[in-house]
Amino acid sequence: MKNHVWRPLLIVLLVVCGILTARTLVVPDDFGIYERGYMYGWHRKSNEAEWKAVRVKYKTARVCAGCHKDKHDELIKSAHSGINCENCHGPNYDHPKDPLGMDIDRSRKLCIRCHAHLPYKGTLRGSIPGIDPEQHYPSAECVLCHIPHNPKAMNQKREVKS
Amino acid sequence: MMNRREFCKKTMIVAGGLVLPLAAFEVFNPKRLMAEKNNNDDKGNVRWAFLVDIHKCVGCGFCVKACKVENEVPYDANATRTWVERYVVTKDGQTTIDSPRGARDGFTTQQIDQAHHGVKVINPETVAKAFFVPKLCNQCDNPACVQVCPVGATYQTGDGIVLVDRSWCIGCGYCVMGCPYGVRFFHPVYHVAEKCNFCYHRISKGMKSACVDACPFGARRIGNIRDPDDPVTRIITTEQVNVLKEEFGTKPQVFYLGLSREVK
Repeated sequence: MKNHVWRPLLIVLLVVCGILTARTLVVPDDFGIYERGYMYGWHRKSNEAEWKAVRVKYKTARVCAGCHKDKHDELIKSAHSGINCENCHGPNYDHPKDPLGMDIDRSRKLCIRCHAHLPYKGTLRGSIPGIDPEQHYPSAECVLCHIPHNPKAMNQKREVKS
Repeated sequence: MMNRREFCKKTMIVAGGLVLPLAAFEVFNPKRLMAEKNNNDDKGNVRWAFLVDIHKCVGCGFCVKACKVENEVPYDANATRTWVERYVVTKDGQTTIDSPRGARDGFTTQQIDQAHHGVKVINPETVAKAFFVPKLCNQCDNPACVQVCPVGATYQTGDGIVLVDRSWCIGCGYCVMGCPYGVRFFHPVYHVAEKCNFCYHRISKGMKSACVDACPFGARRIGNIRDPDDPVTRIITTEQVNVLKEEFGTKPQVFYLGLSREVK
């Protein structure tokens, strides 16, 4: 065949070879199809391990109870038994090594997540003891009067003192 | 010179060659075929599924807070992997929906945030029903978001979790558009697609997802749908559960108890 056929063919061949070489360099070795098949399975296998290695921040109340058994036992007998320690005390990380102390959220904003009354009948929210945050001692923190580990409707701290 | 017979013969050969799909030339690897067959026979013994009980949700937003911290989604960015929606249906049949900041700080007023339309206050007397609906990734059996990924950066693991490979994602946003549930967004720090993965780092260690642990009312639960003795599986198989947008055919694996028809 003539030169004018071979020359472009050669260029095409070189481009194809170039792409194939680049592909082997760029695409990781563990890139493949795996469990979910051709449609949903294409991925880099080692990425699964990367996701599994994300640091766990919330260690759950079970871990807290290991050292703070008294507080834990007090809480589980109260109406707040369903609330995880870390919801108010902040994520555990590697406490007590890191952080040394916990950053406790004692703010009003935290309590009114549930206790701002919303008149929605038929939901659990409607039946939770609730207040109107703009009427009920708007400038005071809830924990001044109420004990979160053992809540009751009345002014508890005064009751404790008397 | 080519005669007619020869011309016809050659045409047939060329046409035949074009018709043959490239797949016909693939050399079968018996080992791979066996592996695929075995995979279909026993599909592994774990497939994660989620159960949301709308009756129990009070809209406190502890789940959203825990999710953002656990999964390192910037706390003040208006993006979250899970969120809670409030539906208020009035007696005249109108539905108002809001989810301020994904309900990160819970629902604390009766004012309904309508974004650029301002704030709407509904007279409690006119409310027919109101409820809270937590939303998260449905880890669909037919994930549309995975199918549209042009580079194989998002995929489904054997136990049914759809993950995103951050180092491989090119940020084209096809998956964000492809998800019928709107659970995907761009991560404000990594600038790649981001989504709920049921806290894959927790469930693969035998823990529960952060939102499940944070929920004080047991409105969120996670379980293995391939284990018939799993309490979550038992509820899904024996009680009246529903899924979101079934008509899309994505086979979502987040099941809802008490789902009302207003929920989109």
